[in-house]
Amino acid sequence: MKNYLVYLVVFFTLTIASAQDNLNESIERGKDIYTDFCINCHMPEGEGVENLYPPLAKSDYLSKNREASIRGIKYGQSGEMIVNEVKYNGDMAPMGLSDDEVADVMNYITNSWGNKNDDIVTEEEVSKVKK
Amino acid sequence: MKKVIILSSIILTTCFACAQQMESEVKAESPVNENYTTEAVVLDLSIPWGMTFLPDESMLITEKTGNLIHFKDGQKINIEGVPDIYVRGQGGFMDINLHPDYTNNGWIYMTYASTEGDGDGGNTTLMRAKLSGNQLTDKEILYKAEPNSKKGQHWGSRIAFDNQGYLYFSVGDRGNRDVNPQDITRDCGKIYRLNDDGSIPQDNPFVNTENAKTAIYSYGHRNPQGMVKNPFTGDIWVNEHGPKGGDEINIIRKGKNFGWPIISYGINYNGTTFTDITEKEGMEQPLFYWVPSIAPSGMAIVSSDIYPNWKGNVLVGSLKFKYLERLILEDNKVIKREKLFEDIGRVRNVVQAPNGYIYVAVENKGIVKIVPEK
Repeated sequence: MKNYLVYLVVFFTLTIASAQDNLNESIERGKDIYTDFCINCHMPEGEGVENLYPPLAKSDYLSKNREASIRGIKYGQSGEMIVNEVKYNGDMAPMGLSDDEVADVMNYITNSWGNKNDDIVTEEEVSKVKK
Repeated sequence: MKKVIILSSIILTTCFACAQQMESEVKAESPVNENYTTEAVVLDLSIPWGMTFLPDESMLITEKTGNLIHFKDGQKINIEGVPDIYVRGQGGFMDINLHPDYTNNGWIYMTYASTEGDGDGGNTTLMRAKLSGNQLTDKEILYKAEPNSKKGQHWGSRIAFDNQGYLYFSVGDRGNRDVNPQDITRDCGKIYRLNDDGSIPQDNPFVNTENAKTAIYSYGHRNPQGMVKNPFTGDIWVNEHGPKGGDEINIIRKGKNFGWPIISYGINYNGTTFTDITEKEGMEQPLFYWVPSIAPSGMAIVSSDIYPNWKGNVLVGSLKFKYLERLILEDNKVIKREKLFEDIGRVRNVVQAPNGYIYVAVENKGIVKIVPEK
């Protein structure tokens, strides 16, 4: 019985550790995607550009609208949006990222510059988000 | 003592200015009297990258997202049979231009991002085709830059013809500045010159250089997104996106190296530097460089009588500052810059049409025509 418990503990520890590894690896890849596709407008520290491009750092929109954020990255974004009580009305063209890349960049931006999200965004989750 | 203070403050100011980059000596001003206004022509476009005018004055417009639009009698018609476009980062459906003898041969040239060939990702492709009704036909791929890459940056691209009928097109460095632009055995970061059927002109500069890409006409470019034949001299002029504070205007010359990224007036967008030098033997100096960067796209050199006081001026779209820039030159030196139509939106393209009017394509807006104010 004691052995069984030990196995159980080890099993869960490993599972959690590997989930954390998955998230960390995804964040690493997401950082490259960010540098390649997003940084010009959203800036190196996710601070955005005043009144033009909304911030990602400590963004209430991003933390409260997971699916809409995925949709915006996947298909592009247009029209009004309110981020941290500031209204933006710009357009973001679709970047042509694949579902796994959208997941990676979501994991990066939701875990950077003061943002925190342990609930990993997966390729499967992105694939289910429709226009 | 007072002198010491003055002296040291001068030295400090100078040093500070160096680290901060010197702003362009000729600054862009708001015009005192614009004399011209804009009139909406095509509405509701997203990123209208290229536009060209058919003999019946209807227009062909490329949307970066992959559509080719025929705008005729106030109607937008989606042309069918367009190639598969790889919409990725800054790449997609890019420029479009007619053969100088279009009336007789019907050839239309276009550049776009494509996944054709080996390897993941894509690269810039030049195609020619004909328009039959609402359908593209007789499609021929004339050039496909290699290798494919999943990078989002710097695909170019613009197409222009010179007076001899040679075709020029641009491909950016594809986000691989330390590998591509200075190596003439590789594509990307280049201006290419081809015959109108895609064959390589026998007097291209690197036809006898071992392993060279023989279509290359000039190299050391970052990302040219404006290109036009100067109607007065016949030379090919380009503008290209630089790093922070390093956008340039260049006159293309055979076999010349325009220096990217060995020499540049710009710095990285994160503020760090990548080169200490702005000039080097064997590398061309730009005709003009912008500090701060305006993010130039599209280029026209005015020759039309509709704008008598703009004759010979260079018009460049500013994506970043959302205006059309008018540059006044004297002996190939910029002496004055004006911000036209401030806050019009991200200006992607500017073309002087065969009817003499200048058309301006604005992102998430459409295409406007510049007309004299009544």
